[in-house]
Amino acid sequence: MSNTRKVTIKAFRFNAETDYLPSYKSYTMEVGKDELILDLMNRIKWEHDGSFSYRRSCRHGICGACAIKVNGKATLACKQNAMELLDLFDNELVLEPSSKKRAVKDMIIDKGDFWEKHAAIKPYVVTDVDPHPEHETKQSIAEFNKFLDSDLCIQCGACHYSCPALEANEDYLGPAALNAAYRFSIDTRDEAGDERLAITAESGSGVWDCVKCYECAEACPKEINPIEKIGKLHNMQFERKVAQSNVATRHAEGFVRSIKKHGFLDEADIVVYSEGYLGMYKHLTTAVKMIKAGKIHWDDALPWVDNVPKSKNLSEIQKLIEISQTNKL
Amino acid sequence: MSEQLHYALFTGCTAKQSTPELLSSTLAVADKLGIKITILEEASCCGASHLQDFDEFLAHVLNARNICYAEKLGLTMITICNTCQLNSAMTKHALDSDPELKARVNEKLAEVGLEYKGTSEVKHFLYTLIDEYGLDKIKDKVTTPLSAFNIAPFYGCHNIRPSELHGSSNGNENSYKPTSLDSLIDALEGNPVDYEHKNKCCGFHVELQANHTSEVLAGNAMVDAIDNNADMMVTPCPLCHLKMDTYQDSVGKVVGRDVELPVLHMPQMVALALGCTEKEIGLNFHVQKATQIFSEATA
Repeated sequence: MSNTRKVTIKAFRFNAETDYLPSYKSYTMEVGKDELILDLMNRIKWEHDGSFSYRRSCRHGICGACAIKVNGKATLACKQNAMELLDLFDNELVLEPSSKKRAVKDMIIDKGDFWEKHAAIKPYVVTDVDPHPEHETKQSIAEFNKFLDSDLCIQCGACHYSCPALEANEDYLGPAALNAAYRFSIDTRDEAGDERLAITAESGSGVWDCVKCYECAEACPKEINPIEKIGKLHNMQFERKVAQSNVATRHAEGFVRSIKKHGFLDEADIVVYSEGYLGMYKHLTTAVKMIKAGKIHWDDALPWVDNVPKSKNLSEIQKLIEISQTNKL
Repeated sequence: MSEQLHYALFTGCTAKQSTPELLSSTLAVADKLGIKITILEEASCCGASHLQDFDEFLAHVLNARNICYAEKLGLTMITICNTCQLNSAMTKHALDSDPELKARVNEKLAEVGLEYKGTSEVKHFLYTLIDEYGLDKIKDKVTTPLSAFNIAPFYGCHNIRPSELHGSSNGNENSYKPTSLDSLIDALEGNPVDYEHKNKCCGFHVELQANHTSEVLAGNAMVDAIDNNADMMVTPCPLCHLKMDTYQDSVGKVVGRDVELPVLHMPQMVALALGCTEKEIGLNFHVQKATQIFSEATA
């Protein structure tokens, strides 16, 4: 079997200074089994078109410069074997910048929004350090391990530009900034945790705007799993008592209330409890449609009516909540 | 004859409340295929990722308890909701890989006479149909081919991501190019619609706190399916279903398009092709009118 494969690579071409719309250009080449996506970009530039533009620097997966998308998949070009993607995508590769709407030239994007959000969460240890300390600031291995993997972030933007919440809501801080917020807030040397947690608790921009799609976990070339850190930030808001009572926090806490009562979630109660009776006007049109379809019943939301199915052995569930619940709102 | 497949079904909350058609069609499909189902009546809510945001440890305890009941029966626990699947699988993964956490959870479970062992697999019904029952055998049982329909598969995030966690339990589906639902549609002789948003997010989980985001995400997916000539959408997740089926009017307003597309649960689609009854399929429980699909399919 041959170790090379003849393929056509389509690349996004755009120059913000001269072009109104982007275009795609095709390049045909023999691809070897050990070539990386970065090698293919180099070959487009060196063998086909010297004007093809992209960022590259370390070639060792640590500088984060060469993050692009290949067939929609977030890819660190210097880490990704080309054959693997050719197998996955049936021999057709489409190279695109991480964010098409932020393209400056070809694969190069303006990452201004990424850095702005990163800066907003104070991505550094905040503490008053004695200029002449008499001993080191010690940290146990266990304390260090809490942020070890989140510290591996190379700020490539792969997760940030794969996040659909950010795509729909420009104010959202996004997975990379939130991962950094976790990394510094869990650091035992840091003293700005509560301040940072308050920033990440903001409605409209903070953790409660995460849509839970796990695109960031999939995109990260350093296997950081940003959404797991977002989950930890959620929990920390309650642990450190920073959480304010609002629709999102009541929605999270309201699950305990339902499960305690029924084992199952009370679908009507969770909406009423989260929104408050006054906030229910927003849901009236939907509720009427759902009643008409037989999905819910007209009396489901009345506090004295209980239409919710019950789990068998409910007392076990109640007992487990009683002895296992660690957080309060 | 090979041994009869037998699963412990974790229904989740929606199948018992706002999407009764999901439960009835699941049971109808199992019946047609000769798969034995034992419903885990003891199970509680999985926390739907929201309880996890509030109190992760409590969520692990409750999910471990659910799995305990499947272990007691010596059966694989199957789910019919992507979010139930992910949250159960996350607990299983966490406990199986962290003996200290497993011990802490088991200390609580012992108080109610239970022990989590890690002996039961947790798998979505979609993947048991494909990997354990087999598409060829399903194909043989099709009495109502769905050849008249262009069907847009909508995978739902929690069945396909994070792919490392799902591993073999979703047949190592690649989240950037999932194929399971497409091949199921093929087996039922429907025409799978290829569209960019098939593996994207529906926005359900922020419906209350970030409504605009939720509507935009659902709208993008629905419009993409419609623009690629879909006659219907199909999803293995009742939460995706609730978002996509219930909110088409408001989603349409946000994205500035008429959005009208029947959305089927995966088992409803299979039930239709296997000739289950109209009542079992339960298309009448949809907000976006879908009952015509039954008459069109069986005409």
